[in-house]
Amino acid sequence: MTRRVLMNGNEAIAEAAIAAGCDAYFGYPITPQAELLEWMARRMPELGRAFVQAESELGAISMALGAAATGARVLVSSSSPGISLMAEGMSYLAGSELPLVLVNVMRGGPGLGSIQPSQSDYFQATKGHGHGDYRVPVLAPSSIAEAIELVPTAFEIAERYRTPVMVLADGIMGQAMEPVEPHFRTLPPCAPDWALTGARGRPPRVVRSLHLRAEDLEAHNRDLQAKFRAIEAAETRWAEEGLTDAEVAIVAYGTAARVARTAMARARQAGMSVGLFRPISLWPFPAAALRDLAPRLRAILVVELSAGQMVEDVRLAVEGRAPVLFHGRTGGMVPTPDEVVEALRRAFLVNQPAGEPSFDPETDPLGLICAMGGRR
Amino acid sequence: MTATTGPRVATAAPRLIYRRPELLAEDSTHYCPGCGHGVVHRLVAEVLGELGLGPRTIAVAGVGCAVFAYDYLRLDFCEAPHGRAPAVATGIRRVRPDAFVLTYQGDGDMAAIGTAEIVHAAARGELITAIFVNNGVYGMTGGQMAPTTLLGQKTTSTPGGREAALHGYPLPITEMLALLPGVAYAARGSVVDPGAIGKTKAYLRKACEVQLAGAGFAIVEVISTCPVGWGMTPRESIDWLRDAVAEVYPPGVVVDRTKTVPVAPAPAAAGSEG
Ligand SMILES: Cc1ncc(C[n+]2csc(CCOP(=O)(O)OP(=O)(O)O)c2C)c(N)n1
Ligand code: SF4
Repeated sequence: MTRRVLMNGNEAIAEAAIAAGCDAYFGYPITPQAELLEWMARRMPELGRAFVQAESELGAISMALGAAATGARVLVSSSSPGISLMAEGMSYLAGSELPLVLVNVMRGGPGLGSIQPSQSDYFQATKGHGHGDYRVPVLAPSSIAEAIELVPTAFEIAERYRTPVMVLADGIMGQAMEPVEPHFRTLPPCAPDWALTGARGRPPRVVRSLHLRAEDLEAHNRDLQAKFRAIEAAETRWAEEGLTDAEVAIVAYGTAARVARTAMARARQAGMSVGLFRPISLWPFPAAALRDLAPRLRAILVVELSAGQMVEDVRLAVEGRAPVLFHGRTGGMVPTPDEVVEALRRAFLVNQPAGEPSFDPETDPLGLICAMGGRR
Repeated sequence: MTATTGPRVATAAPRLIYRRPELLAEDSTHYCPGCGHGVVHRLVAEVLGELGLGPRTIAVAGVGCAVFAYDYLRLDFCEAPHGRAPAVATGIRRVRPDAFVLTYQGDGDMAAIGTAEIVHAAARGELITAIFVNNGVYGMTGGQMAPTTLLGQKTTSTPGGREAALHGYPLPITEMLALLPGVAYAARGSVVDPGAIGKTKAYLRKACEVQLAGAGFAIVEVISTCPVGWGMTPRESIDWLRDAVAEVYPPGVVVDRTKTVPVAPAPAAAGSEG
């Protein structure tokens, strides 16, 4: 029997990356991600691999870009304000088609915000970060064990499609300790045929994102979009729990999904048939699976540690096939399972036959369904 | 007619006075007439060629008119975000200890948006050779003021001339970097005339040798012309470079620690290709 060890998420992600053959790490201290950087500061030099504490997140992501351009397997990590600075580099990495894994251990915002856990960077992670028409695959583990699994997967996706990939966690995932089986997956070394190695015995290679002629840039954009469609087709991930008989589904990812799971168990004890739909890839979003599920449901409740971000993708996915309610907390506050159960009760009162007690999320005067203001 | 009488014309062996360095591509450049970038490109191609470094060089292009250096220098090249070339080069350096790493930046790129990256790469003593082409303006975006613009100099964003009270003072980046112990070598050359160009080449060569010896960070600033950005003819721009620019940014070796600095260990780690 394998001995389980106690690790926090930051350390587990770092070890998973090391096992996956990460050649270089670049970062800048920020809570709640600093343990990851500190772990790498000790481990990478031990292994003869590269570690640099950069002068800023702009520096860190640019170093990562340089290392990735030579074909190295690169990890960077930060938390929300740092990701805003890394947005510049992410756009260049996407434009230059360079693989990289970026970990965002989210904290509350906007601005300096707080150092408490949050999911308020969903928009930033899934809809952009930097400028330009591009997408970045985003993987959201909801346990430390899953983070250990998803880090090598993130490297595989990054290298298969030549794209940066984001692993999206939050402060709880980063800093809480959990017993895990230290089964870390290793990956074969990569030696891409586009890497900058010095033009010995071959024509020079250029890693670039600049294409001044409109025709050239459009062709490049077409190629990028074709790649994004391929990623959507092959890399959409989600998990389903208790959905076969569910009348109401909670949709939640990461830490929110763990709260949802506890709420689901309590709701089921109280006689409510509730299931959990948990997106694992936030982009590509598992829209088709959710759309197919929606007609079977009385309502969908989206739970987030935010004022409501993923809920927009859920609404787009279900296209009105089921009413979508939302419950969220912000600023580092985490919804309690009981709050979620209360929101579920309301969800069961949506679309009742005439004469039955019912709940209309549009007009709920108390806004009780949602700490952040009812149906948004 | 034979050469038995009159001036001797055909007896000396032909002497080669010009050859395109192998690392310089055949295309003509997109630079404006009188621009200094082409001269610096040629010097880079000559020096790397003479040192046999072409096959192991990974160069980083900053953002400015010379971002297209990769179209003219036959080297592996990585494009950096505006100002970040020294950080990009750091990333390359740390995973490719076998590579020769070169950056090429303008003064807007290095002395404004990229000050943090250049200062810290220099402070870490990264084994990088940095080429810094100082033409006193933002050429690519239309000749706006750069941190290096001279006091009194008219640019498209200082139409009445640069005023210290409004726009601050010119930034002597190379002298500032020379204070850092990680900087093994810092020099400033010029493209003003063949003599100066010859000296600049010697500085560049030294800055490459410094990296090869593992002695630390090396930078060569080259004061250069941007006739279009300066609103001058190429001829006038040469006079301005000689009379006005060189006074504020005098050419010469700014620091040479290669005799006192112990040879740093090569950075650890290798890329996945080994
Ligand atoms: C983040 C960002 N800001 C601004 C620009 C626009 N821009 C392109 S080149 C440049 C300045 C280039 O000046 P310099 O480095 O002096 O090079 P030169 O063109 O004079 O050789 C600027 C501001 C940009 N590309 N990216
Ligand atoms: S604008 Fe200035 S720096 Fe740019 S190519 Fe023309 S002369 Fe050279």
